[in-house]
This record gives sequence, C-alpha cells and structure tokens, in this order.
Amino acid sequence: MRDGGRVQKRTLRRADRRRRFLRDRSLLLMVIPAVVLLLIFNYAPMFGTATAFQNYSIYAGFMHSPWSGLETFRSMFADPLFWQSLENTLVLSLVQLLLFFPIPIALALLLNSVMNNRVRTIVQSVVYLPHFFSWVLAVTIFQEMLGGAGALNQALRQHGYATWDIMTNPDAFKFLVTAQVVWKEAGWGIIVFLAALAAIDQNLYEASAVDGAGRWRRMWHITLPGIRSIVVLMLVLRLGNTLTVGFEQMLIQRGAVGRDASEVLDTYAYYYGVVNANFSLGAAASLFKGVLSLILILAANKIAHLVGEDGLYRK
Amino acid sequence: MTTTTATDLAEQKVRAPSNRPSWEEPPTAAGQTGKGAVLIFTVAVVIVPLWMVVITSLSPQGAVNQASGMVLVPHGITTAAYQQIFTNQLIMHSLLVSLAVTLIGTAISMVVTILCAYGLSRPGSYAHRPILMLLVVTMFFSGGLIPSFLVVTALGGYDSYWSMVLPSAVSVFNILVMRGFFAGTAQELIDAAAIDGASEWRTLWSVVLPTSRAVVAVIALFYGVGYWNTFFNALLYLPDNQKWPLQMVIYTYTLQGNSMPGTGVTNTGQYFGHQQIAPLAIQMAVVTLTLIPILLIYPFVQRHFTKGMLLGAIKG
Repeated sequence: MRDGGRVQKRTLRRADRRRRFLRDRSLLLMVIPAVVLLLIFNYAPMFGTATAFQNYSIYAGFMHSPWSGLETFRSMFADPLFWQSLENTLVLSLVQLLLFFPIPIALALLLNSVMNNRVRTIVQSVVYLPHFFSWVLAVTIFQEMLGGAGALNQALRQHGYATWDIMTNPDAFKFLVTAQVVWKEAGWGIIVFLAALAAIDQNLYEASAVDGAGRWRRMWHITLPGIRSIVVLMLVLRLGNTLTVGFEQMLIQRGAVGRDASEVLDTYAYYYGVVNANFSLGAAASLFKGVLSLILILAANKIAHLVGEDGLYRK
Repeated sequence: MTTTTATDLAEQKVRAPSNRPSWEEPPTAAGQTGKGAVLIFTVAVVIVPLWMVVITSLSPQGAVNQASGMVLVPHGITTAAYQQIFTNQLIMHSLLVSLAVTLIGTAISMVVTILCAYGLSRPGSYAHRPILMLLVVTMFFSGGLIPSFLVVTALGGYDSYWSMVLPSAVSVFNILVMRGFFAGTAQELIDAAAIDGASEWRTLWSVVLPTSRAVVAVIALFYGVGYWNTFFNALLYLPDNQKWPLQMVIYTYTLQGNSMPGTGVTNTGQYFGHQQIAPLAIQMAVVTLTLIPILLIYPFVQRHFTKGMLLGAIKG
C-alpha cells in the first residue's frame, strides 16, 4: 500500500519533470551555445590543469605524457623566481588596496556633493573614459607623458632640471603600476558607489539637518553607513582577486623595468609555460594561483558574513 | 521631499541647474574652491594626455621638434601622418582585423549572451539551477593560462583568427547582469505574449528585448571594447604580424620601439611628399586611430551605464 503510493509518487514526479522539460525545451536550447563554449574554453582547461602533475610534452600530448606526481610543484617551490613573483603579486596587491581602493569612494563622495548636474555629467563622462582603453594604450600614454623622452622629462630638461626616471625604475614600479590603475580604473570604480549613494533615502538628510547635524556628521552617520554594504562587497571582490594584478599591464612593462620588479604569478606562468615551453610548470603555477584564489574569495566572503554583510553571495 | 509645493518648484527653477535642497547649509568658499580644484585636476589628468596624443599626431615635424616630443600647443596642423598610415599595408590590415574581430566577436557574444540570459531568466524553469551553478563555478575557479593555451592550440586555434574571438566569447558576468534585467521584465507581458501564442523565441525578440535596450547597449559596448582591445590572445596565438590586430601593432612599434616595416619609422625624421613627418606623429596617429571608435560610440551608451552597472552590482 505505502510502497504503491511511493511508486505512484515517483512516476508522477517523473511525468511532471518530463512535462516541464517539454515546456521549457526552447529555453534549454537557448542556453546550449553558451554552455558549449564554457565547457570547451573553461571546463576543459580546468581538467587540463592535470598537466601540472605530468611531465607534459607537446608532442606526446595530454593523453600520452608521463605522470610525474608532485615533481613539478617541487621544482617550482625550489625556484627563487617563483617566490619573487609571489612576493611581487602580494606587494602590488597590498599597495593597490591601500592606495587605489579608497580613491573611487572619495571621488564618488565628492561628486555626490556637487549639486550642479551639468558639472557632474561632464566629470562622470570624462573619468569613465580610460576604463575603455586597452592596457597597451594606457601604458603608451604613460610612456609618452612620463617616460624618458616623454612630455614631463622634456619639460624638466628644457628648464634645466634633472630628469625623473619613472617608467624604468624597478624600485618605484609598484607605485607606477598603482598610478596607472588609478588613472585607468578609479573613475569607472565610482559608478557602483554613486549608485549606492543615490539609493540613500534623502529624507534622512533633511531630518538630521533639521535636528542640527552638520555636513560632516551627516556624512558620518548617514552617507557612510548607506554605502557600507557596497564597500564591503567591493572589498570582498578585491581580496578574492588578491593574486590577480594586471597581467597585461605587467607583461607590457616587463621589458622596461625588468623581471625582478614586474614578475607576478600570471606572467611567471606565461614565461615558463608558453615562452619557455615548460607547460607543466606553467600549469602548476596557474593551479597554485587558482586554488589559492578560490580559498581567498571564500575566506573574504566568510569575513563579510561575520561583519553582517552579504558579500558575494548570501549565507 | 514628497510635499513639493508650487513655490518650492519656482524656487528650484530659479536656482537651476543647481538642485541644492533648501535645508542644506550654503557651501563655504574654501570647500567650493577645494572641490573645484580636485575636479579640474581629475578631469585634466584624463583629458590633457589625450589632447596631446591627438595634437601630436596632427603636428608637422617642426612642431614636434620644437616641443622635443609631445606637443601641447599646436603649431600648424597637418594630416601627413594619417596619409602615411593609411597607405601602410601592415597598419591598414591590422585595422581591418581589429574591426572584423570586434564586429563578428560582438555579434557572436551578444547572441550567445542574450539567448543564455533569457533561457535562465524564468523562475522554476527546467534545470535552470544546475546550469546556473555550471556558469557561476567558472567565475570562482579557472584552469589558468597554460591549460587554456593547450586546449585552444589542440583545437587548431594557433595562428588562426578565431582564437581572438571564441575563447573569450562568453562572459558569465555579463550573462548574469542581463539575466537580472530580463527577470525584471513584467511577468504580465510575458504571460500575455504566451496567451497570444507567441513562442519563447518570439517573446524574447518582441517583448523582452525591446524593453531591455539599455542593458543590451551597455553589454554590447563591454564586449565590443573587449574585442577592440584584444591584445593578449593575439600575442599568445598569432605569431605572424600579417594577422595582428591594431593593439599588437601599437605594442610592437610604439611601445617597444621596433621600426615599423613599410614606414621606415626609425629615430630619424622622414619625408612624405614635400612635408616632413615626425616618427612620433605617426605613432600617435596609430594611437589616435584606436581611440576613435571608442570615442564615437561612448557618448551614445554612456548614459545607460549607471542603470546597467547598478543591477550588475546588486546581482553580483
């Protein structure tokens, strides 16, 4: 009796699933192209990370290359350049967190306090623009402005001052990189904060102003709490991306400042893997970065939950 | 301020375009000046370099020499540098490659993205949760550069144009943003279309897309700019400079300072017709060339940014 009911329920559920499948078959058809592309270009490489545990040879291919266990990782961890690139990655990330992250917030607050709509629109249009330039273009522009033969140094020369080595100085490279990121992305970064600011209930400001709160107190007690969630979200994203610091940006400038200052995990993987054709080592470096990034993003999210915010996904 | 009276309105009109609410204290002179200075500086940091790039590309040899480099104040205008690059086979071909990659790539990406976003936008549709998971996983973990390189190479992408398009054709982030927008389309509209006998394809085309123009424009711009700026895939997969896009040409001949075949751009000036062109002017003309499409399309899409991004930020 009970068994019969269960069987019937199961057939019912199956019939329901079949009905829903038939109903949604065009929706499923629409999803196929994207899923196929992702399977080929995102999932296949995920399994391809197995090359990190092989002694990969391009002639033998993935199927016939001999397995080598953790040998690749052992030689990678013994390579001083690997540790140098990890250190560079972390230092660049930290400098950008300290010097870049606050700038879009400050700019958004400033712009939000500008009452003249035309000024706001003009400033917004201009500062969003560099986000759409390639890194090749951005670095070229920096080169022509601040490089050895660039506008700044030519002006210094003409007025009899000493020139200033900016573009090829390994010691200052982290600050140069951060300045480039600020130039290219800080303007675009304000967009999410402006949206959050616009969502704050304007009546709160009026009520507190009537109660005698000055503009700084209003900012502290209304504005900042109002954008707290989005700031935490952006911070989570930034921390999750700690190991990703401008691959193209580094690659392009590697020649100018040298490998010791500019090698990051991504360029390390590129130079060992593609340029030197040591695919297993390159894959090992990528895998190391991928796993660590995953841990970082989960940890950052955990922290967001602990301080009572949603973070990237809900609890 | 729901209780706006007629006098309030009149007052606001008088003080337009400023819309400072009446309860707010008037700005201090120091605050006003400080703000103005920061804003002017910010805008100048973006505009002045672009101005100098464009002006240098239009400057005759004399002006470039006089400035001993980048020109800020124009002394004479000439299009000689542009005439030079428009007759250069390598640059023109790279321009064509860039345009084709951008147009074809954006078309493919938009079709795939719109279809997938719509396919997943219906709450309770068959298997939409596992498919969504499949998508989201790729945002958290990626196989990395080398395995991707090996996959693309194994599929014959080395030294062929499609390696600039297909590996980066789908952005899961863009799909999620668009899906959020589509899911916001009024259910009554979709139901009405279904009652009228419209298929899902028809509903997407005639009901959902027309109400989502803003997000479609913004995401097309994102994809388009991504393709136009394609550099690394070209560096990775295209060894032959006959297949290079514009960004590779700039990287090789402007940034790295290699001499450009066919123009004889070296460190010495050269003659073109009766006019001398500075090599720098030619380099800046190529840079300007890559700026133009972005500057042309940008104003039309820019007003939709906040809307498109706001939703993206909320949906994460």
